[in-house]
Amino acid sequence: MVSVVYEAPDSIEGAVNLLANADVPAHILAGGTDLIIQTNGSSDAERLFVDVKKIAGMTEANLTDTALVLGPSMSCAAFTECDDIKAVFPGLVEAAYLIGSTQVQGRASVGGNLCNSSPAADTIPALIANGAQCVIAGPGGERTVPVEEFVTGVGRNCMEKGELLKQITIARPAANTSDAYLRFIPRTEMDIAVAGAGVSITLDDNGTCTAARVGIGAVAPTALLVPDAAAALVGSTLDDAALQAAADAASAASSPITDRRGTVEYRRQVVGVLVKRAATIAAERAKGG
Amino acid sequence: MAKSHVSTSINGEPVEYLCDPGDTLLDVLRNELQLTGTKEGCGSGDCGACSVTLNGRLVCSCLVLGVEAEGAEVGTIEGVGANDKLHVIQEKFLEHAALQCGVCTPGLIVSTKALLEENPNPTEEEARYYLAGNLCRCTGYDKIIRAVMDAAETMREGA
Amino acid sequence: MSEAQEFKYIGQRTIRPDGYDKVTGRAQYGADLSLPGMIWGRTLRSPHAHAKIVSIDTSKAEAHPDVFAVVTFKDFGSVEGESINAGEGAADVLDLARNCLADDKVLYHGHAIAAVAARTERAADDALDLIDVKYEVLSPVMDVEDAMKEGAPVLHEDMFTQGYEETPSTPSNIATRLEMKMGDIEAGFAEADVIVEREFRTPTAHQGYIEPHACTARYDEDGQSMVWCCTQGHFDVRTSTAKLLGLDLSKLKVVASEIGGGFGGKTVVYQEPVALALSRKAGRPVKMVMNRDEVFIATGPTSAAKLKAKVGAKKDGTITAMQGWMAYEAGAFKGSPMMPGVMTMFTPYDCGNVQVEGFDVVVNKSKVAAYRAPGAPQAEFAAEMVVNEVAEKIGMDPIELRLKNAAKEGTQTIYGPKLKTVGLIECLEAARDSDHYKSALADGCGRGIAAGFWFNIGGQSSVSINMNTDGTGTILEGSPDIGGSRASMQMMAAEVLQIEPSNLKPIVADTDSLPYSQGTGGSRVTFATGMAVIEAAEDVVKQIKERAAAIWNVTAEQVDYADGVAINTAGEEKMSLAEVCQAAEKTGGQISGTGNINARGAGPSFAVHLCDTKVDQETGKVDVVRYTAIQDAGKAIHPSYVEGQFQGGAVQGIGWALNEEYIFNDDGVMENPGFLDYRIPLASDLPMIETIIVEVPNSFHPYGVRGVGESGIIPPLAAVGWSVGDAIDRKVEELPCSPPRVLSLIQNG
Repeated sequence: MVSVVYEAPDSIEGAVNLLANADVPAHILAGGTDLIIQTNGSSDAERLFVDVKKIAGMTEANLTDTALVLGPSMSCAAFTECDDIKAVFPGLVEAAYLIGSTQVQGRASVGGNLCNSSPAADTIPALIANGAQCVIAGPGGERTVPVEEFVTGVGRNCMEKGELLKQITIARPAANTSDAYLRFIPRTEMDIAVAGAGVSITLDDNGTCTAARVGIGAVAPTALLVPDAAAALVGSTLDDAALQAAADAASAASSPITDRRGTVEYRRQVVGVLVKRAATIAAERAKGG
Repeated sequence: MAKSHVSTSINGEPVEYLCDPGDTLLDVLRNELQLTGTKEGCGSGDCGACSVTLNGRLVCSCLVLGVEAEGAEVGTIEGVGANDKLHVIQEKFLEHAALQCGVCTPGLIVSTKALLEENPNPTEEEARYYLAGNLCRCTGYDKIIRAVMDAAETMREGA
Repeated sequence: MSEAQEFKYIGQRTIRPDGYDKVTGRAQYGADLSLPGMIWGRTLRSPHAHAKIVSIDTSKAEAHPDVFAVVTFKDFGSVEGESINAGEGAADVLDLARNCLADDKVLYHGHAIAAVAARTERAADDALDLIDVKYEVLSPVMDVEDAMKEGAPVLHEDMFTQGYEETPSTPSNIATRLEMKMGDIEAGFAEADVIVEREFRTPTAHQGYIEPHACTARYDEDGQSMVWCCTQGHFDVRTSTAKLLGLDLSKLKVVASEIGGGFGGKTVVYQEPVALALSRKAGRPVKMVMNRDEVFIATGPTSAAKLKAKVGAKKDGTITAMQGWMAYEAGAFKGSPMMPGVMTMFTPYDCGNVQVEGFDVVVNKSKVAAYRAPGAPQAEFAAEMVVNEVAEKIGMDPIELRLKNAAKEGTQTIYGPKLKTVGLIECLEAARDSDHYKSALADGCGRGIAAGFWFNIGGQSSVSINMNTDGTGTILEGSPDIGGSRASMQMMAAEVLQIEPSNLKPIVADTDSLPYSQGTGGSRVTFATGMAVIEAAEDVVKQIKERAAAIWNVTAEQVDYADGVAINTAGEEKMSLAEVCQAAEKTGGQISGTGNINARGAGPSFAVHLCDTKVDQETGKVDVVRYTAIQDAGKAIHPSYVEGQFQGGAVQGIGWALNEEYIFNDDGVMENPGFLDYRIPLASDLPMIETIIVEVPNSFHPYGVRGVGESGIIPPLAAVGWSVGDAIDRKVEELPCSPPRVLSLIQNG
């Protein structure tokens, strides 16, 4: 069993200091829904947990005139209660709502989901679709990374020793823009995504798509931004042919594996179906909004 | 490894305990505090048998560290209902035969209480989705959902 | 009993007596007992599916400062191969011991090898890492096809197939071959206008109880010992544990805790003998609680099976021949439920030409345990799918086809006796006339129907009813209450004594307090233990009459007993039960009734289920949109808990049909040992489960009871399977109907 050292600093500097100077494997404790299970299965003798939830701003969300500034450790349950955010980013909120059970949402956070860097993370395709930026604090100060570049591999991300995710920011979208996130699971709840798709759509007054972003999950080592799928949608009225072209582009961009949750063939096919369906929902919302 | 000292509140009463920093809140409740009404079904947040509230939020106590309860308010099954009287939800679970083996029942009751505090008038579908993280293998959920809906109605009438 | 009876308490929906403890968290389950000085036991498990154990070195673990004891197979002492009653049916003691702790071979991933008792659970886990086991890894065999092949790696060098006229001289993974037949199968098929034959597969599935196995054991200086555990049969835990540790039965008390589900999976021992061996060595009480992954890899499950079914019928719907073949995985040791599979496969049909052949096959998976109607769901799945296809081919309604061929009183079974009164026809008629069956099917949906048959068992039950001086009483029963049976015991005793049920407190007594009682299984408790309760209550009534007679100076025959009152038919006097109990001191001492029986005459319970599903044609995902479970209860003692059994069985069957399956990698390691990826149904996956209770009384029970616990898991496999096929215009041959499999069926046929 791992011997745990627990610290709960009240400032970013304090957290960075602890993380940078740790002489045992150091982990950021946000909701803990992944970390506590992983620690139980770990062969580490000792681990440092830095609980970041006592740091100001880490568990809050603020939607301004220009952007959403999301404290990465805000619980999904609290996040999904923010009606103002839901009105602007319904797909992102849906993605947060899909993580685990009500109980898990009481602890799990968007930032935790991102930093755990699972290929199947629900919020990452939705963050990608919305062009989210990750603000990372570290011993050398702050840097900002686009979300699609944050995750670098299965369970790996671009954060170096001593760094932590301080904020997730998303610019307010243009008028007539909305998003949607869909995932496929065998049951109705509680499963890890077999495939996921987040789509953001901007329409002009005639219902023609002027901009789109498509993120897909669980079909490659990291969630992917799929420009080809977006390109297939832009310029169209999201007719069947355009949707199918986007679906095909998503399937083509995927490089899934076969595991206990799905096969290569199945995932490749279903991710296309999800892109099609999510794009349709996002477009409906963009019209309505 | 030195144990950590934690001051918290459980079911409205101040409680202090020592725990290993790696111990989960579930370990502490069951093994240190003998509050064994909270059950362990999986230890990984997949069954809901260990459901408690932490500062009013429904959580799996197997996914919370004991040290994280410092300064917090924890609610367990032992705090549902008064000493001499069952909570309406508990009564309705009995009335509707919403339990067979009963091991998932404490978690379901804690979750139902959280549901009805958030949403006093849930649809059947909302109740089913809110409680999706509470596994029951005996009942097929039918009588549980009937008990929840009846409790909601009774609580609304009493409110 | 044969005619409808009037009841005062039976049939009411009372509040269960153990309910308050369960909704408040007070009820104590397997893991909830702690004792002074208690330490924690943990188990070292095999990382390999099949390997020889070359050596086990426990010295480093023993040297760990927090460790009190380490045990291996050697600590069981001399165990010999002999058959004992260890749960649902007989078990070989040596196999049992080798399953609790491996001897010279590990036979599945997760097979227990050694156990450690230490001051804390963490320390015990740490010490497990210090045990050095050297293995010679062997190739695993993971399914019946591979296991039955010539030249397959053999699990047991001393196992030779039983059931052929001549026992083979080379060892094999086939433990037993069994054939049952009646009539002339060839002639039957020759008569048929339509013949349907298909091959089916069902996956390894787990009982999935929410409470992991747990026990606390204490071995005292004087050799007295105690085991507290969650079990379906604490007397059988005593038998098995005493045998493995070489104890007299009187020296071992087993206390059945509240039990958090079992469904057959808690009829056998895993940790109990190990914990007691640790306690004996450590001189401290030892608690052992499995993790969820241990539950999946090392307990349960039920057999994966490969099956064939062939059914012939005339154009008018008369079934002329039924033929089946099945190979069931037993797991690491012989003893799959293949035999009940053979016996039940075609029993819902009154057909004279039947032949079924079955094989019990060992593979490198955890030894299977009973699971709700063990063996029947797989076999009847194959049979019901083919019967539905026969109906489709001849253009007949599947319920009409079944009604035309339904088993009834006098139907010859393949396994010997003729059926007594049964309620299949009544269930089929209720299905036909149900709102569900009459409702139109929504677009894109499919509908399936299937029947199910399970024998139910009787067996030994021991009950005492101790009356108090105020006329209340305690019912001591020996059957662990897994789903509310204390309520029905209370009601049956109340019916005999004619007093309010709440005046009787039913408890599950420990093994020191009652004679042997068989475990809770085979849907036997409400039937058999209920009969024992009735007998014990009648014994109390008899004594009440005798005591009143003594007071009134008349003979017992001159005393009547009605509405809880003894009446002197030779005079005017009346005394209530409470008054007679109050006077017991003066009439010879306290009153206690006993009912120690071996119940015969368990009545089979037939079930018929209806299922509507909707299938997403692009993803293959299946939603159950409507479901109705119809079943014969004989007489429903507590209708709510009867419905609960129907619903729970139906939903376990739905899970088995839709998403539940063990997934193994090439090395035989289970890849989904948790509730995350072993996907049991959730509240949000299901509609309400409609129920119809059919009551065709069982003449062998005073109130007409039939066990209802098991039949309900049988029909869902085919009801769901057929419904899915109907929705996508394909034939399902393999379960589960998981999305990738269904999508592949849609796209590739």
